[in-house]
Amino acid sequence: MDDLLAARLQMAFSLGFHIVFACIGMVMPFFMSVAHFYWLKTKNAVYKDVTKAWSKGVAIFFATGAVSGTVLSFELGLLWPGFMEHAGPIFGMPFSLEGTAFFIEAIALGFYLYGWNKLNPWFHWVTGVIVGISGLLSGILVVAANAWMNSPAGFDYINGQYLNIDPIKAMFNDAWFTQALHMSIAAFVSTGFAVAGVHALMILRRRNVAFHSKAFKIAAVFGAVAACLQPISGDISAKDVAIRQPAKLAAMEAHFHTERSAGLIIGGIPDTAGKKVDYALKIPGLLSFMATGDFNGEVKGLDQVPKSEQPPVAVTHYAFQIMVGLGMVMVGIALLYFIALWKKKHWQKAPWLLKLFVVATPMGFIALEAGWTVTEVGRQPWIIYGIMRTSDAVTPMPGVVYSFYLFTAVYISLTLIVSVLLYRQITMVGRLYDSSSDQHQLK
Amino acid sequence: MIYVVIVFLWTSILLYLLLGGADFGAGIIELFTSGKNRSRTRKTMYEAIGPIWEANHMWLIIAIVILFVGFPKIYSTISVYLHIPLVCMLLGIIARGTAFVFRNYDAVKDDMQKLYSPIFMYSSLITPLFLGIIAASSVSAKIDLKASNFPDAYIWSWLNWFSVSVGVFTVSICAFLASIFIIGQTDQPADTRYFVNKARKTIFIVMISGALVFIAAYIEHVPLMDWIFGGYPGMLAIGLASLSLLLMFYMLQKEKPVLLRLLAGFQITMILFAATYTHFPNIVLLKNEATLSLLAHQGQAKTIDSLGYALLIGSIFILPALFYLIYIFQKKENTSQT
Repeated sequence: MDDLLAARLQMAFSLGFHIVFACIGMVMPFFMSVAHFYWLKTKNAVYKDVTKAWSKGVAIFFATGAVSGTVLSFELGLLWPGFMEHAGPIFGMPFSLEGTAFFIEAIALGFYLYGWNKLNPWFHWVTGVIVGISGLLSGILVVAANAWMNSPAGFDYINGQYLNIDPIKAMFNDAWFTQALHMSIAAFVSTGFAVAGVHALMILRRRNVAFHSKAFKIAAVFGAVAACLQPISGDISAKDVAIRQPAKLAAMEAHFHTERSAGLIIGGIPDTAGKKVDYALKIPGLLSFMATGDFNGEVKGLDQVPKSEQPPVAVTHYAFQIMVGLGMVMVGIALLYFIALWKKKHWQKAPWLLKLFVVATPMGFIALEAGWTVTEVGRQPWIIYGIMRTSDAVTPMPGVVYSFYLFTAVYISLTLIVSVLLYRQITMVGRLYDSSSDQHQLK
Repeated sequence: MIYVVIVFLWTSILLYLLLGGADFGAGIIELFTSGKNRSRTRKTMYEAIGPIWEANHMWLIIAIVILFVGFPKIYSTISVYLHIPLVCMLLGIIARGTAFVFRNYDAVKDDMQKLYSPIFMYSSLITPLFLGIIAASSVSAKIDLKASNFPDAYIWSWLNWFSVSVGVFTVSICAFLASIFIIGQTDQPADTRYFVNKARKTIFIVMISGALVFIAAYIEHVPLMDWIFGGYPGMLAIGLASLSLLLMFYMLQKEKPVLLRLLAGFQITMILFAATYTHFPNIVLLKNEATLSLLAHQGQAKTIDSLGYALLIGSIFILPALFYLIYIFQKKENTSQT
């Protein structure tokens, strides 16, 4: 493995790990606040129990997300000093604001976790909402920085120099809105489905059913609404990428030849050498419609991009198929759930619907990781699109591969420990949180 | 505006050293406490740092963001040549942060605690050790931009007696801060006496490791004496720190926790001041008298301006909230004790 690949993989693993914790840390506070709101309004103790159980989850995920985020702020320089030396002053604005948002999140979380019976109940509730809002803001700001790498703005690139820097323009680059929207919704989809799936499993096992049913409903509603909004945001993103980064769209679709009335390729195995896709399902004209809004529109293919500037096609294509495919499955489950909420109320307790949610538990996060693979691999070989190549940004230090092994081992062990921890939190609900349960200790 | 940014950078480093340092110290003290006293030390420490422990570590992120936005050349040079100690520090940060949460939030308290606790304690030691090594390496003129082989570029840039001694000194400072901080956190007279004794010991350790830094500087030809005693401000800062240390011994007998904390904070501020002011505006001293300067290597004007405004606006939100957080939990603790 060469140093560039090792550095890319280490960055990918670090981000892929961080993103799961960051998403849960920014979305769960909203679930928690809804449960908390119902507790304050209805004084139904189950809601208080759910709130407390979820706040433990938030604490675990927030702390793990905070350390993995700290690590990332150093890794940017450790792995990509050539990039940071030039990019830092340009796209640093969202990071400096994110520092504030994240700090506020940490402070608000301190109030929230230790504030039970110490603060005014509604002030306490507001601190929980602030955790969620500032977490979401942090996420949007960090994605705005990533968007700048896809859509560089706010400077003039003259003779290899970065002149006339304008950090505000850089932050509000062309891609920031579409990417931040898509990512924020994705965070709600994946966390909603993951949390709902866990509670659905516990309902199916007949454990603390009242507790888990309330928790399930809050998470499932968030996840289902977000899942149905995501295709709209995906459509906005696709049209945007078609204009800004045609090479990325072409790789996503394994679209080798520029043509009008281009077909949408579903599945298949891309053959880069032969410039074709085997075993794929092709819907005529649909790609043109999705990218341009016109069935006859022209979609640029990889033939328009010099060979040295083409992203890896197979990885980007597969990742894109996984993301869209799982997204559609979740839309389907979401629609069934809405029918259960409004038309067929008895479905809400039906094991088959709960089983669907259990199956869908990891789907959101798999789709999320696949989506980031599309964004990042689809931008290659560039680290700053059209300006700087990833290979020119990597650290001159040899032996990055050892650091990659080390960090991979750390992330794998952390994943295992967090899984054990969560498993214990979930199986101990009866004793720790559900005050209506017989085994409850803390009555 | 550049001076606003520099003040924020310096203040974030100071606050990280004070608050994060006390936090690391909690783990170090626990490590060096014998079995029978460990659990009460741990319990008192946890109650003290629980609500603000996340916020304490944000200062490092603020400092690093200021560095990479405002002074990218400095950030990238340190990142390249001090890669190895930075990775060690990061592993310490990961291990410590997660072990702390895991041991406090695990639903079952069983043998897993035997895994979390040592990880927490040892990483509390390793992280400030490497922080000190990194800080010392950035001024010890051992980083060689023209190095042509791996050890010269990436190992001898940080592995020397001076850097290691500053690392040890940083560890002892953290232990010192925690031992002073913990005194006011208990209302049991026996515990207080125990913690006061502990604080006395850590003060001696700080003095010994401080002396070692000077010896190591002499061995490694780092002109530390000139830096600190070459000008009045440095002499004054170290003089005041020494005086306040004497005062502190007296106060330890009187058991005045708030005053003790202020004195400890004052001493660390003076030490950081003495250690940084001579070089200003240089922040990194490289081999062959090359330097990286906060003024000469700053980003373009618009970057520095927007960074300065972002920090000012941020602090309007952060500081009052942070003080209120500390205030409310200190107050509640005191009222619940009486």
